[in-house]
Amino acid sequence: MLVQILRDLLDTYGFISDGMMRLLADELNLSRADVHGVVSFYHDFRRTPPGAHVIKICQAEACQAMGSRALTDHARKVLGIEMHGTTAGDGITLEPAYCLGNCACSPAVMVNDEVHGRVDHAMLDQLISKCAGSQS
Amino acid sequence: MSQQLAIYVPRETSAASLGAERVAAAVADLAAQSDGGLRLIRNGSWGACWLEPLLEISDGNQRIAYANVGADEVAGIIDAHRNGTSHARKLGPTVEIPYLIQQDRWTFHRCGLIEALSLEDYQRHGGWAGLEKAFEIGSAATVEQVKISGLRGRGGAGFPAGIKWQTVADASADQKYVACNADEGDSGTFSDRMLMEGDPYTLIEGMAIAGFAVGASLGMIYLRSEYPLARQILAAALANARESGWLGDNIRGSGFSFDIELHIGGGSYVCGEETAMLESLEGKQGLVRFKPPLPALEGLFGKPTVVNNVVTLGSVANILRLGGDRYAALGVDRSKGTLAFQLGGNIKRGGLVEKAFGVTLRELIEDWGGGTATGRPIKAVQIGGPLGPYFPAAKLDTPLEYEKFAAAGGMIGHGGIVVFDDTVDMAEQARFAMEFCALESCGKCTPCRIGSVRGVELIDKIRAGTDRDRNLQVLDELCDTMIHGSLCAMGGMTPFPVRSAVQCFPQDFESAGESKS
Repeated sequence: MLVQILRDLLDTYGFISDGMMRLLADELNLSRADVHGVVSFYHDFRRTPPGAHVIKICQAEACQAMGSRALTDHARKVLGIEMHGTTAGDGITLEPAYCLGNCACSPAVMVNDEVHGRVDHAMLDQLISKCAGSQS
Repeated sequence: MSQQLAIYVPRETSAASLGAERVAAAVADLAAQSDGGLRLIRNGSWGACWLEPLLEISDGNQRIAYANVGADEVAGIIDAHRNGTSHARKLGPTVEIPYLIQQDRWTFHRCGLIEALSLEDYQRHGGWAGLEKAFEIGSAATVEQVKISGLRGRGGAGFPAGIKWQTVADASADQKYVACNADEGDSGTFSDRMLMEGDPYTLIEGMAIAGFAVGASLGMIYLRSEYPLARQILAAALANARESGWLGDNIRGSGFSFDIELHIGGGSYVCGEETAMLESLEGKQGLVRFKPPLPALEGLFGKPTVVNNVVTLGSVANILRLGGDRYAALGVDRSKGTLAFQLGGNIKRGGLVEKAFGVTLRELIEDWGGGTATGRPIKAVQIGGPLGPYFPAAKLDTPLEYEKFAAAGGMIGHGGIVVFDDTVDMAEQARFAMEFCALESCGKCTPCRIGSVRGVELIDKIRAGTDRDRNLQVLDELCDTMIHGSLCAMGGMTPFPVRSAVQCFPQDFESAGESKS
């Protein structure tokens, strides 16, 4: 069950390395192309390690209706990175999300596994500085 | 010693997103010092997200609600409650909150009420009675009850659940499956999540009933990865159900064996399409399959499979417990029963509202929702997720029932309602619909894979004022091609929001250069 194994690897290591993919192909008797096809199909299966913190900003309609586009621009500016980028020193990774299921409290932002609702620019600044302060 | 009080604080994503975990921690601290005088209970959310964190205090008789509670206010609230003094956060008895009591809570009747992971609480409020009823009347009569109820798939397609179950029951195979679609990816929808977080056993019970009815011994829940809390709660609920004999071999001596596996998705929207979900469950890329064969006959690993959404399966236990006719008495025409509508986006009182079909958009948005959060006029409402058309404010009186809503050009889908105020640029929303399709298309069919990319380019040209009329016509033809040529709803319905935006809000597609000259 390739997708399930990839999920476990992702939960444990945070990304899927070339070595893991080679190992999976050998163990599951699949071609490396098959494994690559599955890994690249799913947005979650990132190929490089994320930063110490991952900030996901919802880009879907309910959050758009409450200013998520401006919030995303603000995040880009404050962090100095584009979507999918990571700040220097492997600090904070910025990712889009397409619905966090918190549509009644938009806009929604997920920091690591924690969802925050009704996030304005000042709150996002706070969330970012909290992440920046707890890098180890 | 003062009277023992139970303090309810939801363990639920929306409540947590507004600080409920900090509130719960504050209650836990006080409880630890209270020498048994205080007890923290983690319920699900009642669905009134705008009141979260909603803390309730129960003295054993009634529950008093306090809304929008901050962690630093907890001690003061409990003191005020004990002293019988008033508090700014006090709402009054939970059972008197108009937002809640004016609903028709069928599927969500326990959500918020019970401690989500307590088997005792579940059973005390009617839990497992549906499964026991199924055991009593037999599998054929169980399918019959679901047919009588008129329950249709709540994931979006609205296919009658009883007919699907009958197809699987009639198929002969050495192995059958129940696959629960918990890949709730549509923006504006969160009812699946709320049910899984607030009343997880009802989903387990519904899946077991489905398994019993069709002769399946294994169920799988395909849960999206964006729901980490639902994942934790479901995993705990599955373990508890197994340990207490409600899952596993020979459930409660019935002779029926059934277990459920929890699978986590990979962050792909198209995997919410049933055949893509089956592919993903099989460990592959989430490529949409051709239909036929129907999943009911050749589904997971080629075996007959019931594929239903969380709320569909979550409605079944009560249908068995109370009778299909009771459910069918709610609703109108061919839209029987209730739907858990979800109010999101730019809305003052957002949340989940379970109502019988027939309620109008205006009632939901104005009476429950209180209009926009920004206080500005409503410009557009998108119903049914990112593939649903945009409705202008003039169409708010449309009743929400499958056929009438479709006749008005809409799609009820999963019941998500996203409100936009007059600052929204509908051309930008149309562009996003195409952009999202380009991002999430599985790539198997050309109209969806290429059409979505071309759609973005065309809308960019139109917005820039390049050959506007001609490009609008090409966009319209492209929409036709996608609707008629795509393999699934992803490419087949992306044109709906695009076209509705062009038709209902043409002024937003007039570029500065051309229209105002």
